[in-house]
Amino acid sequence: MHFPSLNAIIEGLLFVSDGPMTLDRLTELLPDYERASVRLAVQELRDDYEQRGAGVHLVEVAGGWQLRTVPELMPYLSRMVKGRPARFSQSALETLAIVAYRQPITRQEIEYLRGVDTGAVLKTLLEKKLVKILGKKDIPGRPIIYGTTREFLEVFNLKDLKGLPTLREIQSLDEVPIFEVQEELPLGGEQRGEP
Amino acid sequence: MPQAAETIPTSLFEGADQGYSIKLDAFEGPLDLLLHLIRKNEVDIYDIPISLITRQYLDYLKLMKELNLDLAGDFLVMASTLLQIKSRMLLPLPEPEEGEGEEQEDPRAELVRRLIEYQRYRDAGLELGARELLGREVFARPCADGCCLEGFVPADDGPIELDLFELSEAFNQLLARIPTARAHEVAGQDTLSIVDAINEILSRLDGHESMEFESLFLDDMSRERMIVTFLALLELCRIKLLKVIQNSRYGAIHIFPSVAATDNDGASDALPFA
Repeated sequence: MHFPSLNAIIEGLLFVSDGPMTLDRLTELLPDYERASVRLAVQELRDDYEQRGAGVHLVEVAGGWQLRTVPELMPYLSRMVKGRPARFSQSALETLAIVAYRQPITRQEIEYLRGVDTGAVLKTLLEKKLVKILGKKDIPGRPIIYGTTREFLEVFNLKDLKGLPTLREIQSLDEVPIFEVQEELPLGGEQRGEP
Repeated sequence: MPQAAETIPTSLFEGADQGYSIKLDAFEGPLDLLLHLIRKNEVDIYDIPISLITRQYLDYLKLMKELNLDLAGDFLVMASTLLQIKSRMLLPLPEPEEGEGEEQEDPRAELVRRLIEYQRYRDAGLELGARELLGREVFARPCADGCCLEGFVPADDGPIELDLFELSEAFNQLLARIPTARAHEVAGQDTLSIVDAINEILSRLDGHESMEFESLFLDDMSRERMIVTFLALLELCRIKLLKVIQNSRYGAIHIFPSVAATDNDGASDALPFA
């Protein structure tokens, strides 16, 4: 067997990996190679899949790289995959969008924006690990603040939070934000005194 | 429960009374309904004809009641908001105070802001839902039983620090295992304060590198004792004497003494129970 190329090695790593692989992780696994050449190889690999019109392609998602099937295969693959695919109700999507764009955000703020009780939806999103608790807001009552997770990026095929589609701007809308910017407080910080 | 109906309902409403449940694609909330009414009437969102919209809104609420739909309280709150705006618009504007040239805000302004804001997020949500979702349009390896939400392991193999939600979820699973009520329990025999529980956890951890979360809770522990132990664990995390770590998503939870514990001076400083 001939000596495998860097591209081939990376392809193998990505094939076996069960989640997106960051460039950092790849570089760590390939100590004999420069970070720059690893990055180049990843890009070459991505272009290679693209040009071949392959059934899988290399996508940048949740800050890493992952081999995923191309969307055109969906009808064939969904026949093979057992169980119902992930379905999201309108309320779940609305809530996710609000959390994604406005994080860190409290439940009360979400409910103000949506105009309805959001407790049940939020619980489902927490259970599905799409939303997580970031900490507590430093206002009376210390309400919990929420944000999106890495799984959210993975499921929704997003490179990072900046990759979210831009919110449709509405002209002549007041520039005043409804809620002021809030500081994120870590859970279990230095504060003490309360029992 | 819909019982086998003896008589065939002659109308929809009768059916509803007899316990047929009809699932309708209802509106997500009052803002959703308002947006629908505004679009249906083709009116300008910045100049809402409040009396028309209020009337239609109330008509819709009446219909929902007739159809026996669960009428969420939020819909009623919005109804009263609409009525309040309507009455404020009927009142003559007070004479502007002298010296203060500030313009009176349109009573509808806040509602309009909320509607527009809501519409943006609703659209953004639809856009999110239309993306190529993992497990729906695109697939990755391994796709555990079609549900790609489950069983994901993060790319970096390092241990994961848990968040509070996961920890309390694990505790709830534990609690579910023990029977809720034991008859004729003698109270007061097995009282344990959080301080005691903290000391117990620390002494059990002493000399060990780590412990499994579940092994903290012995099978013969009472519910109260489990709760106290859990509270002690939370307290220890808060004062940073312990670290709670999972090796993989949904894997076993381990408890480690954190570095601060070896640093004796710092630790006793932080301990409010010392």
